[in-house]
Amino acid sequence: MLKTDQYTINIGPQHPSTHGGLHAEALMDGEIVKDVVVHLGYVHRSVEKIAESRTYTQFIPYASRLDYLASHLPCLGYVQAVEKLLGVEVPERAEYIRVILAELSRIASHMIFVGSLAIDLAATTGLVYCLRDRERIMDLFEMSSGQRLIAAYMRIGGLSADLPEEFFPAAQSFLTDIPRMIEEYNGLITGNEILQARCKGVGVLTAEMALAYGVTGPNLRASGVAYDLRKADPYGIYDRFEFDLPTGKAGDGLDRLIVRLKEIEQSGHIVRQALSQMPEGEIRSKVPKLLKPAPGKEVYHRIESSKGELGFYLLSDGSEKPARLHVRAPSFINLMVLPLISRGGRLQDIITNIATLDPVLGESDR
Amino acid sequence: MGTSDFAPDKIWADLQQAAGVQFTVTLEPFFVNITVTPDDLVPILKVLQNRLGMNYLANITSVDYGAEFEIIYHLYAIPDNSRKLKVKTRVPRSAAQLDSVFPLYPTADWQEREIFDLMGIRFNAHPNLVRVLLPDDFKGHPLRKDFGKEEQ
Repeated sequence: MLKTDQYTINIGPQHPSTHGGLHAEALMDGEIVKDVVVHLGYVHRSVEKIAESRTYTQFIPYASRLDYLASHLPCLGYVQAVEKLLGVEVPERAEYIRVILAELSRIASHMIFVGSLAIDLAATTGLVYCLRDRERIMDLFEMSSGQRLIAAYMRIGGLSADLPEEFFPAAQSFLTDIPRMIEEYNGLITGNEILQARCKGVGVLTAEMALAYGVTGPNLRASGVAYDLRKADPYGIYDRFEFDLPTGKAGDGLDRLIVRLKEIEQSGHIVRQALSQMPEGEIRSKVPKLLKPAPGKEVYHRIESSKGELGFYLLSDGSEKPARLHVRAPSFINLMVLPLISRGGRLQDIITNIATLDPVLGESDR
Repeated sequence: MGTSDFAPDKIWADLQQAAGVQFTVTLEPFFVNITVTPDDLVPILKVLQNRLGMNYLANITSVDYGAEFEIIYHLYAIPDNSRKLKVKTRVPRSAAQLDSVFPLYPTADWQEREIFDLMGIRFNAHPNLVRVLLPDDFKGHPLRKDFGKEEQ
């Protein structure tokens, strides 16, 4: 046997494939990965500490900056946690609009996933197609909140404003085009021989490993576990919609891609139902300007974000500011399996694995 | 839904006997709350995992109560979601350490590292208890209420 020296290769933090400040230190034996050490914290902003010096309402814009690729989702999780803490009811119309924006956020996030996977594997054109389509969601967000990327549109007890009239035809036309978009991605990206070679059988995550390490979201479903909080523990009005849970079998990079492509279609299906069922009415219930939950009250609220279980733990000391806020960030916990699924593979597989685990570092580092 | 039919006294009595320790059970609107001493934490989690099928440790977090730290474990069962458990334990500030639950739930790995990093609670027998978010040479633990207020 030929002997090779062991050496380390740093991937990131300054590297286009690291999705924003991820530093993976690969211990190599020749071209085979022995181990990966993940270094986090390059985007740490101490969000949980900041929350202790902000009122409950003031924290909303910080929440949207956790997952900046799907900003309505962390916002939704946070405001629902506060609503649970206070026992606030949300008007029907607001609930529907929340679902519409949450699912559009999920689609936008998955489109970034597909596009960034393509560009990480050197298929530059793929990214352009995904960004082109995602742009239409950004336009919808701009119509609704004035913000494209990091909207603070949710409010405790509802929303900051109603949707404008031009939102609805634009949303309908986007939904109509989803099948065509998916077809294009499949032709250009999923069906590409090189991409398949780089993803098939790469970064296999078994269902047992995923559960043990608390991996959730599309990554868990790609490993064959049909678990989604929108069905398993419905929050808001998610129990009113019909949709399927796409799952994979192999738990490899390709399954993680295919599951997300199917989820784009399912999310579109939910938005279509929400648009047709949405009633007229108020978009915000009456809540005091300054919120003071009962002292000692705590809540752990979780939603299915585009990355997995996004949880908020809130503890009140009776003042207008939370005594403690903790964010259970799916990106942080999903990244824990990166070394496990990369060992024994090749250096280039680490790039596939980072891309297909889909971490967003603003959320994992907090 | 869920919590009331999930907490008949007999189940809890059986669990206490199986774990060989006592714990307090209280029902809350969203969770069944179990309060234990730090020494009993791992035996109880073991019983909850084996007998109740709590296979998913969703979240670990910690709270600074001044003289004490509280550590909270949110447990669920996948795919059956009717059981929602919250296990709480407290350690004194002067001896802020307890056993790692990593051998039972590998997901505790980085979550315990985070609590060590930001709250300064040590987890005994953790395989790699180093800071996870802050630089290794960082002084102090920012989520403690007295961070930045004490004379260093």
